[in-house]
Amino acid sequence: MFKILKYSFYDLSRSRWSYVYFLFYLLLGFTLLFLNNDLSGAVITMMNVIIVLVPLIGTIFGVMYYYDSKEFTELLLAQPIKRKSIFLGQYFGVAISLAASLILGLGIPFVAYGLFQSGAIWDFVILLVTGVFLTFIFTALAFNIALSNENKIKGFGFAILLWLFLAVIYDGIFLMALVHFQEYPLDKFALIATMGNPIDLSRILILLKLDISALLGYTGAVFKNFFGTSMGTILSLGMLSLWVILPVWRISAKAKKKDF
Amino acid sequence: MVTIESLYKKFGKNEVLKGIDLTIKDGGIIAVLGPNGSGKTTLIKSILGMVIPNKGTISINGQNIKKDWKYRKEIDYLPQIANFPGNLTVQELIKMIKDLRDKPANDDELIAFFKLENFLDKKLVTLSGGTKQKVNLVLTFMFNSPLVILDEPTSGLDPISLIRLKEWIHKEKAKGKTILITSHIMSFVEEIAEDLLFILEGKIYFNGSVQELKKQTGQTDFEHAIANILTEHHV
Amino acid sequence: MKHFLSVLFLLYFLPSMAGEIRVCSSCEIKTVKQAIEMAQSGDTISIEEGIYKESDITIINKSLHIKGINYPVIDAGMNGTAFAIKAEGVTIEGLKIINIGRSHTKDYAAILLNGSQNFTLKNNILENVFFGFLIEKSDNGLIEGNRIEGEGIDQANSGNAIHLWNSNEITIKNNHVKEMRDGIYIEFGKNCKIINNVCEKNLRYGLHFMFSDSNSYIGNTFEDNGAGVAVMFSKHIEMKKNLFKKNWGPASYGLLLKEISDATLEHNIFEDNTIAVNADGTTRVEFIENDFKNNGYAIKVHGGAYTTSFTRNNFLHNSFDVGYSGRLNDNTFSGNYWTNYSGYDLDKDNIGDVAYRPVKLFSHIVNQTPEAIVLLRSLFIDIMDFSEKVSPIFTPKELIDPHPQMKRILW
Repeated sequence: MFKILKYSFYDLSRSRWSYVYFLFYLLLGFTLLFLNNDLSGAVITMMNVIIVLVPLIGTIFGVMYYYDSKEFTELLLAQPIKRKSIFLGQYFGVAISLAASLILGLGIPFVAYGLFQSGAIWDFVILLVTGVFLTFIFTALAFNIALSNENKIKGFGFAILLWLFLAVIYDGIFLMALVHFQEYPLDKFALIATMGNPIDLSRILILLKLDISALLGYTGAVFKNFFGTSMGTILSLGMLSLWVILPVWRISAKAKKKDF
Repeated sequence: MVTIESLYKKFGKNEVLKGIDLTIKDGGIIAVLGPNGSGKTTLIKSILGMVIPNKGTISINGQNIKKDWKYRKEIDYLPQIANFPGNLTVQELIKMIKDLRDKPANDDELIAFFKLENFLDKKLVTLSGGTKQKVNLVLTFMFNSPLVILDEPTSGLDPISLIRLKEWIHKEKAKGKTILITSHIMSFVEEIAEDLLFILEGKIYFNGSVQELKKQTGQTDFEHAIANILTEHHV
Repeated sequence: MKHFLSVLFLLYFLPSMAGEIRVCSSCEIKTVKQAIEMAQSGDTISIEEGIYKESDITIINKSLHIKGINYPVIDAGMNGTAFAIKAEGVTIEGLKIINIGRSHTKDYAAILLNGSQNFTLKNNILENVFFGFLIEKSDNGLIEGNRIEGEGIDQANSGNAIHLWNSNEITIKNNHVKEMRDGIYIEFGKNCKIINNVCEKNLRYGLHFMFSDSNSYIGNTFEDNGAGVAVMFSKHIEMKKNLFKKNWGPASYGLLLKEISDATLEHNIFEDNTIAVNADGTTRVEFIENDFKNNGYAIKVHGGAYTTSFTRNNFLHNSFDVGYSGRLNDNTFSGNYWTNYSGYDLDKDNIGDVAYRPVKLFSHIVNQTPEAIVLLRSLFIDIMDFSEKVSPIFTPKELIDPHPQMKRILW
C-alpha cells in the first residue's frame, strides 16, 4: 500500500490541481490577513471557508482523481498487488496531498503574520485538525461514490449532491425540526444531530474553541459541558474518526468485489 | 497451465460468459478471437483476477486464483488502452512498475529494441498513441513471466514497430512461454498464432489449430474461415 | 486696625490649632479607637505602619482626618464593620482594611458612612471585604484611588465594592475594583461622576445604577464581569469613553439598559461581549460613535424602545449586529459602518448605495427557538439570511440603515 500511496502522492504533487488548490489557500490566507490584520478575526472567516470548501474540494478532487486514474488502476490491478492496497494507497495519496496543500497553504501566511506569537495558535490548530479530518472524510466518501458508479457524470452528480446534502440541506432539515418541535427539550436532539454530520460537528468544535460558546446560551452550556470535557473531545474526535474509518472500510470492501 | 471450469459472468442483466471450460497448455501462442462483446476481454480479465466470476473456478498451475494475488507475479499483461498517469515521465513509470513488481527486468534491452531512448524523459501526456503503446509493450515484456497476455497489442503501432513486435513475440515463444493474444487484425493472428480460441456469445465456439479451423470450415483462406463461422452462426 | 490684625492672626493659627494624634505600637496611643475618642473635631490621626486588630471603630460628629502612613493594616478579624462614621468632613486615606465579616442580615463594610457630608476616601486598600464603602445619605464626597478586592466566591457572600444609597454629588475616580458582587452600585443618587475606574471580575455588575438620575460615567473599564454595566430606571445618564470588554457568559452583556430615558452613549468601545448592549425600554437614547467589535450580539432590543438612535457607530465582526423584537417605532439606524455590509458605492461618496439590514432572519429564529443557535455560521443559514435580505418577509422591513458607511468611522 505504501508504494501505491507514494506514487499517487508523487503523481498528485506534480499535478496542476494540487498547485491550484495550494495557491488558492495561500492567496486566501494572505488576503484575509492583509484585510483583517487580526489573526482571530481571520480564523473565524477561515472557518466559514473550511467547513464549506474543504468538503467540496475533497469530494470533487476525490471523484476526479478516481475517474482520471482509472486506466492506471487497471494497469496496477494486473500487477501482483492486493486490491485493497491499490485503492487505499490511492485514497491516502489523494487525501494526504490535499491535506498537505491545506496545511501549507493556510499555514504559511499565518506563520508569516506571527501565528506563533499570537494567542490564536490553538484556534488555528483546531481549524487545521478539523480541516484535515474533513479532507479525509470527504475524499473517502468521494471514492465510495466513484467506486459505485461507472458513469463519470453520474458519479460527479452524486458527489455534488452528497456535498450539498451535508453542507446545506441537512442543516435546513435540522432547523425545521428545531422550529417545529420547539416546545420540547431539544438539547439532546441538537447534540445528536450535530454529531451525525461531520460538517456540523467540525463547525461546532471550531465555534466552541473560538469562544462563541457563550452566545449559544443555555444550549451552549449543554454543548460546552459535552464538548468541553475531555470525554466530549474524545467522543467528537472519535466520531470524526468513525466518519473516516467507515467509508475507508467500505472502499476496501467494495474494491474486493468490483469488476474492472 | 491454466484450467478454467464452467465459468459464468453477468454484468447486471447482461450475461457475458455462459459456461466456459478451457485448458491452456504451457507453451505456444493462442489467439482469442470473437466479435465485439463476445466476452474475450472478460475472459482475460477473469484470468487476471480483475473481473470476479459469478460461478466457476480458474486455476493456474493447479492453484485456485480466487482471493489470491501472488499468482500474478507469474503473468505479464498488456492492457487494451494504454493510459498512464500523465505527470510521470516514461523512465519514472518504468522505474515505478519495476519497484512495484520487485523483480529483475530487461527494460534496457526492450527500450533499445522499440527505439524509445529519446522519449525516456518525456511526460506520458505528451506521447502519441503509438509511442504509448510501445511503452506499454516494454512494461509488459520486461519481466519475463511464463504467461503473457496481450490485449490488442498492435493498436496504434506503425509498420516497423509491428514487425518488431512480431519478432519479439516469436522470441518469447521460443523461450517456451505461453502467450495469449486478442486481436482484430486477422493477418496478424494468422501469422503469429498456432492455436485459436473462438468465443461467441459467451461460449467457446471453436478451440483448435488454424489448420483445423480451415478444415472444419472448408475454407483455405483464414479470414474467410473466420467469416464463415460468423455467417454460419447468424444463419 | 488692631482688632482686624488679631482676627487675621487667629485665622492664621486656627488650622494649626487642630492637633495631630499619632498611633503606633510603641506610641502612647496604641489603638485607633483610643485616638478617635481623644480627638477633637478637626484633628488629624496619623496611623503608623503595623497591624491593628480593631473593628466597629465609630466616629460620631467629629470631622476627623485619618491618615495611614505606609498602609497600616486595620484587621477587622471577620467581626462586622471596620469604620462606622456619622460625621461631616471626614477624610480617610492610606489605610489597608481587611477581613470584614459576612452577614445575611447586616451589611458589614470596611467603611460605613451614614449622613456624613463632604467626605473623602482616598488611596485605601480594601481586601477580603464584604462591602467596601457603604455610603448612605451622604452628599458631596470624593472616592479616589482606592483598590478594593473581594474573594469573588458567590453572590450571597459578596457585597458591593462601592455602594451609594441616597447620596448625591459624589465623585468616584481612579478606583480599581475586583471580584466583588457589584463594582459600583448607586441607588437614588444624583449628579455623581464616575471617572476612570477599572471594574473587573465582579460577580454581578461592574457598575449598577438604580433609580439614579443625572449621573455620568466616563473613561471607565469594565472587564470580565457577570455583566459590565446595568443602568436601570434612571434618566439623564451620560456614558462616554468607557471600555466594555469580555463580559462573557450565557446570560451576560456589556451594558444593560432597562427603562432608561434621555441618555447619551458616545465613544464607548464594546469588545468581546456576549451581548454588547441589551436594551429593554429605552426612550430618547442616543448612541453616537461607539465601536462594537467581536460581540455575539452588538445590540439586542427587547421592545419598548422609542426615539432611540444609532448614528455613526462602527459594527465590527459581530456574530449578530442587531437583534430586534417588537415594533420599530421611531427608532433609527443611520450612517453606521457595518463590516457585514456587502453593498457597493458607485458614486464614491463613501455611503453605500443600498441600505443595510442589520437584523438577520437567523437572529429572529434564534429569538423564538434558542436551540437553533447551534446552526450559527452554517452555509444553510447564510443562504437563508441572504434570501431574506433580498426580499424581507420575516424581519421588519423598515429596519434599515439607509446610509451605511463604506469606511470605518474614525472618532
